[in-house]
Amino acid sequence: MADRARFAEQAMEHMTALYSAALRMTRNPADAEDLVQETYLRAYRSFDSFTEGTNLKAWLYRILTNTYINSYRAAKRRPEVSDVEDVEDLYLYHRLSPEQGFGRSAEEEALAGFTDEEVKEAIEALPEAFRIAVLLADVEGFSYKEIADITEVPIGTVMSRIHRGRRALQKTLAGFAQSRGLVAAGPATAP
Amino acid sequence: MVAHDGRGGCGDYASYVDCAEAVRQLYVYLDGELTDDRRLEIAAHLDECGPCADAAGFEAELRAVISSRCKDRVPDSLIARVASAIAAEEACRGSGAAPSSAPA
Repeated sequence: MADRARFAEQAMEHMTALYSAALRMTRNPADAEDLVQETYLRAYRSFDSFTEGTNLKAWLYRILTNTYINSYRAAKRRPEVSDVEDVEDLYLYHRLSPEQGFGRSAEEEALAGFTDEEVKEAIEALPEAFRIAVLLADVEGFSYKEIADITEVPIGTVMSRIHRGRRALQKTLAGFAQSRGLVAAGPATAP
Repeated sequence: MVAHDGRGGCGDYASYVDCAEAVRQLYVYLDGELTDDRRLEIAAHLDECGPCADAAGFEAELRAVISSRCKDRVPDSLIARVASAIAAEEACRGSGAAPSSAPA
């Protein structure tokens, strides 16, 4: 059982990460701020149910995700049930390949060239379930098990959402690289 | 035999996994979520196969780029808001009143 008096000193350091996640979830700074504040208040109120020594960051993310799904998404009236397009493995990599007239320098240029705005936009373009899974895995570095606990879905579903979400993300990023002439259009491999 | 899924071609090594299998397992491998046996098999394949190793390197770099491009600065006003909201809760609890029953 955690001591509520020590909540602030332990929890406040996670605000930068929580705020970034809240921005990707809500896609709106005002909602993100409200969501973070609500998350901290709920966390403070239930801090005695947090087991000292376990992963506080994951616990805070669980509250953030629940609060987002229950309050902010509900306010939007349309539950997001949309799926992502099927995209093949190594989508971006294949489009930077020597067979396409590109190569190592294009890989490096593409990776270095993605701006903060492009990467954020690509993540925010993902349907909600995929967006949250990719965010927790690739931005926050949570394990599959931790993401399953945070989002309260089975681990197999988590893996499927992460992998399919990543491929869809790569397709969006490939579009940005293509606009800079770094990526071949159309199919990656010759017939 | 499945065609090479990475870039270019690599021979049919005596490794436990072929290229198609290595590519299929690549994300789980990079996530550090494979069993020890499976992880060693994929690592052995990547050691032998330049094209797959190159693809794995690209995916790892891309992951680092995605993570590093998603930082946002927390507004000072939010830090202050959260701190004062928690302080108000603390004050409520200190006075013995449950926050929900506090007069409006």
